[in-house]
Amino acid sequence: MSDAKAAGNSARLLDLHRLMRRIRAFEEAAVAAHGTGEIPGPLHVSIGQEAVAAGVCLNLRRDDRITSTHRGHGHALAKGAGVAGMMAELHGRAGGHCGGKGGSMHIADFGAGMLGANGVVAGGIPIAVGAAQGLRLLGSDAVVACFFGDGAVNRGPFLEGLNWAALYRLPVLFVCEDNGVAAFTRTESTTAGPGIAARAEALGVPAETVDGNYAAAVDAAAARLLAAVRGGAGPRLLHARTTRLSGHTSTDAAAWRSTEEVAALQARDPIATLEAALLRQGASAEALAVVHAEAEAEMRDAREAARAAPWPDPASAWADVQDTGAAGRAA
Amino acid sequence: MPEVTLVEATRLAVAQEMRRDPRVWVLGEDVARGGLFGQYRGFPEEFGEARAVSTPISESTIMGAGLGAALVGTRPVIEMRIFDFTLCAMDELANQIAKIRYMTGGQARPALVVRMPHGMWRSSAAQHSQSLEAWFVHLPGVVAVAPATPADAAGLLVAAIRSDDPVLVFEAKDLWQSVGPVPERIEPLPFGVARRVREGGDLTLVCWSALVPAADRAAAALAERGIGVDLLDLRSLWPWDEEAVCASVSRTGRLLVAQEAVTAAGFGAEVAARVVERLGPGNVRAVRRLGFPRVPVPFAPPLEAELRVTPERIVQTAEAMVRG
Repeated sequence: MSDAKAAGNSARLLDLHRLMRRIRAFEEAAVAAHGTGEIPGPLHVSIGQEAVAAGVCLNLRRDDRITSTHRGHGHALAKGAGVAGMMAELHGRAGGHCGGKGGSMHIADFGAGMLGANGVVAGGIPIAVGAAQGLRLLGSDAVVACFFGDGAVNRGPFLEGLNWAALYRLPVLFVCEDNGVAAFTRTESTTAGPGIAARAEALGVPAETVDGNYAAAVDAAAARLLAAVRGGAGPRLLHARTTRLSGHTSTDAAAWRSTEEVAALQARDPIATLEAALLRQGASAEALAVVHAEAEAEMRDAREAARAAPWPDPASAWADVQDTGAAGRAA
Repeated sequence: MPEVTLVEATRLAVAQEMRRDPRVWVLGEDVARGGLFGQYRGFPEEFGEARAVSTPISESTIMGAGLGAALVGTRPVIEMRIFDFTLCAMDELANQIAKIRYMTGGQARPALVVRMPHGMWRSSAAQHSQSLEAWFVHLPGVVAVAPATPADAAGLLVAAIRSDDPVLVFEAKDLWQSVGPVPERIEPLPFGVARRVREGGDLTLVCWSALVPAADRAAAALAERGIGVDLLDLRSLWPWDEEAVCASVSRTGRLLVAQEAVTAAGFGAEVAARVVERLGPGNVRAVRRLGFPRVPVPFAPPLEAELRVTPERIVQTAEAMVRG
C-alpha cells in the first residue's frame, strides 16, 4: 500500500511528517552529542524506524500507556514525552526526566503515559500486559501499546505475555518493530518458523503485517487494530517491517553490511518516502523544508539547553532507592 | 485473641487489606483455587476472579505483570507458589522491579508484594527447598522480610501491602501449620524491628524464619545447662535491626547466627560483619555462623538431617563458644 492510497487526508500525513522529522532531528542531535562525548554511555537510535513510532502513537490518547525498548527515543517523543527532559536525561544533566539516573536506555515520562524504555530485550512485555490488567481493574478504558523488536520474539516473555494478554482479553496492542537485525545478527539466522505474525496468531493474538516504512500504512493499521483493542476484542499485534539505518549503537558503524545493502535501506527511508508522497499530493517542497528546519531548530535548542544545564547534585544519587531501609550518605 | 495457623494468619491479613483497599489484588498460579497452601481460600468467592487471579505457569509474566499493574496504580500481591520459581522471574524482579523507581528518577512507585514460600519442607529436594534470601538483601530497591510466627507474618504482610516499596516476603513452608495468636484487627508491623524471643546474658543468638523454633528449643536446652541465651528473631532482613543485635552483643560479648541458608556469603555473614565493625573486634569475644553447607538440599530424610541446622547443633556450638 502506498502512502497516497493509504492516506485519508493530507493533514494526517503532515502530522506524521512533522513528528517523524522531530524524532529524526532529536536522534541526529543526540548522535552528534554522543560523538563529542557530551552524551555518555550507550546510545541506540531508531533512525529509519520513525514511521512505526509515529504511526502507532498518533492513534493513542494521552492516558494510554506505552512500554518501550532500548531503542525508544522515537516512542517517547511520539507519545508526548517532553523534549527538554529527554535531551537533558540523555546528557545525564539536571532537569532530565529521570534526574540523570536512567539515561537513554531508561527514558520514561509517566506524565505522558510513557512507562519506560528498557535495557532488557522483551523486558517491557510483561509490564505492558500487567499495566493493561491494572487499568481494567481500576475501571479505566485506556489501552497499552507495547513496543519491542524482532529480537524479542525469541525470548520467553514474548510467549508468556501474548498468551496472557489473549487469555484475559487485555487491551494491549503489541507492536513488533522488525528491522531484521537483532543487535549485530540478522534475525533470519536466529528465528525459526513461519514468522512473527504467525507466532502471535498461534497464541491467539490476531496480527497484521505492514511495511513499517510507510507511515500512512502504519497509521491505518494501528487505527484498525486499536479500534478492536479499545472495543474489548482483546490484544492485537502489529508486525511492522522496517529498517535500522544505523548500527546497533551509535558507535557501531555496521560495517558488516554491504554498500549495496545500505543503499537499498536508504532507498526505503520512511521520511523520504513520506515526503515524496506528500509532494505527489501537492504539498510544497518549501513547506516540508520548513518543517525539517523547525524540527532541527527545536532539537538544536534542546541540545544547547542540555549542554548548559548543570550536572545533577551528587547527593541525589542517594535518593529514589526505597522508602524503608534506604542507604544513607556517609557523613 | 484467636489462635490460628501461620498460613491462616496470612490469609486473614491479605483478606483484611483487600476489604480495606479495592486496589489490592492477588495474582499467581492456582490463586482462584485457594493457593497451593490454602493461603487464598475463599478469595474468588469474596473478591471475584478479577482480584484473585489464577495465572498460567508464566513466572516472568506473573512478576512483570504485577509490576505493570503497580505502575498504573493498583497494589498487587504477587504469589510465586514456591520460592525457587522466583528464579524464573529474576529479570522482572532484579532488573525491573528493584530498579524502576531509581532508573526513572522516582517517577515509578512499584507498590507491590512478592510472596515466596521458601525453605526445606517435607523432603522437597533441591529445587523446592532453597533459602536464597541473601541474594535479595543484596539487591537495592527492595524490602525483605522473613517472619516466623502467625502474628508477625500477618503484621508484616499488612505492612507490606500498605508500603510504597516493593516488599519481598520469605515465608517458611515448614512453619505454615504452626499456631499462634493473631488479633482480630491486624495492625501493620514496622519493618526492621527484631523480636526478643528469650532474654539471656551469655550469648546472643540471631535467627529468622524457619530456624526460630529450632533456636528457641536450643535456647531452652542451654538454659537448663546454665547458659543464658539472648534470642533475637530478626523478622526483617532488609532493613534489619542492627541496633537490637549490637545492643545485645555488647552485653553478651558473643554472637551466634543460625540460618537455614548456606553459610557461605549468607545473610549471617552480613550480620556478623556489621556487628564486629560496629562494636570493634576487641568487644566481641566470639562470633560463629551456623548454616547449611555449600551443598544442594538432598531428598532422603537422613540426607537432609545430615546437613541441616538442628537444635542440637546450635546447643553444641553455643556451648563451645561460652565454655571454650
